[in-house]
Amino acid sequence: MKKYLPLILLILLIIFPLIGRDDYHRHLMILVLMWVVIGTGWNIIAGCTGQVSFGASAFFGVGAYTAGLFSFKLGLSPWWGLAVSGLVCMALAFPFGWISFRLRGPYFALVTLALGEILRHIATVWESLTGGMVGILIVQTYVSKVPYYYMVLALAILSVVGVKVIMGTKWGYYFLSIREDQDAAESLGINTQFYKMLSLNISAFITGMVGALYMVYMGFIDPKVVFSLHDISIMAILVGIVGGVGTIYGPVVGAFIMVGLQEFFRTGFFGLFKWLGAVTDAQAVKVAAKYVSEAHVLGFGILVVLVILYLPNGIVGDWGKIIGAFIPRRKKEVQR
Amino acid sequence: MLKVDGIDVFYGDLQVLWNVSLEVRENEILVLVGANGAGKSTTIKTISSLLRPDKGRITFNGHRLDQEPAHKIIGHGIVHVPEGRRLFTQMSVEENLIMGSLHGEAKPKRLETMAYVYELFPRLKERRKQLGGTLSGGEQQMLAIGRGLMSLPKLMMFDEPSLGLSPILVQNIFGIIKKISQEGVAVLLVEQNVMQTLKMCDRAYVMENGRIVMEGPGPELLENAQVKEAFLGI
Repeated sequence: MKKYLPLILLILLIIFPLIGRDDYHRHLMILVLMWVVIGTGWNIIAGCTGQVSFGASAFFGVGAYTAGLFSFKLGLSPWWGLAVSGLVCMALAFPFGWISFRLRGPYFALVTLALGEILRHIATVWESLTGGMVGILIVQTYVSKVPYYYMVLALAILSVVGVKVIMGTKWGYYFLSIREDQDAAESLGINTQFYKMLSLNISAFITGMVGALYMVYMGFIDPKVVFSLHDISIMAILVGIVGGVGTIYGPVVGAFIMVGLQEFFRTGFFGLFKWLGAVTDAQAVKVAAKYVSEAHVLGFGILVVLVILYLPNGIVGDWGKIIGAFIPRRKKEVQR
Repeated sequence: MLKVDGIDVFYGDLQVLWNVSLEVRENEILVLVGANGAGKSTTIKTISSLLRPDKGRITFNGHRLDQEPAHKIIGHGIVHVPEGRRLFTQMSVEENLIMGSLHGEAKPKRLETMAYVYELFPRLKERRKQLGGTLSGGEQQMLAIGRGLMSLPKLMMFDEPSLGLSPILVQNIFGIIKKISQEGVAVLLVEQNVMQTLKMCDRAYVMENGRIVMEGPGPELLENAQVKEAFLGI
């Protein structure tokens, strides 16, 4: 059963546009799939290679701006930007990784944090190139959401399957050995600098691609949105942690949960508060309805605390534990 | 075969090794003894290029090692069995062993070497599908040694292999090290277990405060009044 679960999910995702006919649900699914890609990108460098990164926004933003600037500055189709965005992000990851992989653990994490913030400021200040806080507005190619849906689905499948394949090859073993013990890996003849760079570049590539896809889909970006520390970088980490750090399908599960939770709060518990406010006509409920939509960060916080306390390996990593809690385990016969 | 020539090593601004010189000859068991913080581990970490000396040079069969990156060292036939095992805990026993044979001639001979390691440590064969982190302390040490052997080394450096093991397991591990040396592998052993290691070794160096203070054949050092007083409390 468990073996077929990804396949069943895949089929459901492929036929989804037939079921979810309204744009709202299609939009939500596009967001979920985007988070699958970003989460997978974070997972390969942080989960599998052990180099915790707060830099998802850097690559996401650079990818988005690449697509945007292709249209805005060069007058080309932003789809050209989508094609090269992954490579542009790798061009950023190279010098960045080369310098910062001298650092380990929390110090590396801090540098990635700085990278995202620096790029956000550059995008804000360099108005002649990026338009500054005004952002970039382009005309979307399609009115319907279905083409975008299938594009992001393809990217999500590509990244998840890609990571699964990579983790089964010798690269994957090298990544894991770096996560487990960098010195031991180095002593056994693994060029840790090289393989960390490789991992970072894979991560940057797919994160950049999805950033560009975000641009062509949404049609509007500004530095605050795409280089956002809490909405992109931290969210990527949460997707990874909730789903399961270092697991292949963790980011998939994490993306569904995090986007779902975000939407749950944003809509005031799916309209519950609005309805309550209308029914009771109480001022207090109306005020609460206003604030609860901004409380998704609080919800994230609580969720992360719960996950770290009870499921330290995430939902996918601790799947056996979750199942065990609901189905009493049959005791094994004691062999005598 | 290995020559360490007058190295000075710093951690940041703090100097931990002063003018350390030593030599490992073919087929011998060389022991580096000394108290905590004497610089034994630092010395072998420097040989593995995990640290760089500020002064002096390290050569192995004529090749200079101290300018090479750490991941190239194993290619020369030097393997470092680090302190505290440092296994890949989320990989199986077999995968850990495979990680030991990534290089040059070790790779095509992987299966043969693995059979040899399993012969040396039948326990590992029983547990080959188990995760490295779930082994007992003794088994983990065996796995660390097995992983080192997988690279077909000419020189094996052990950093405190007796750490945290029961006396009987310590005997066991030392027996294995002796056996490995009889197969023609030179051994550089760092230990605090002075009494036993001095008995089994060919030669020994005594370190104190980052300097080599004495050298000589093991049994001779064991009789030395200063060593007795400092390490054995006699």
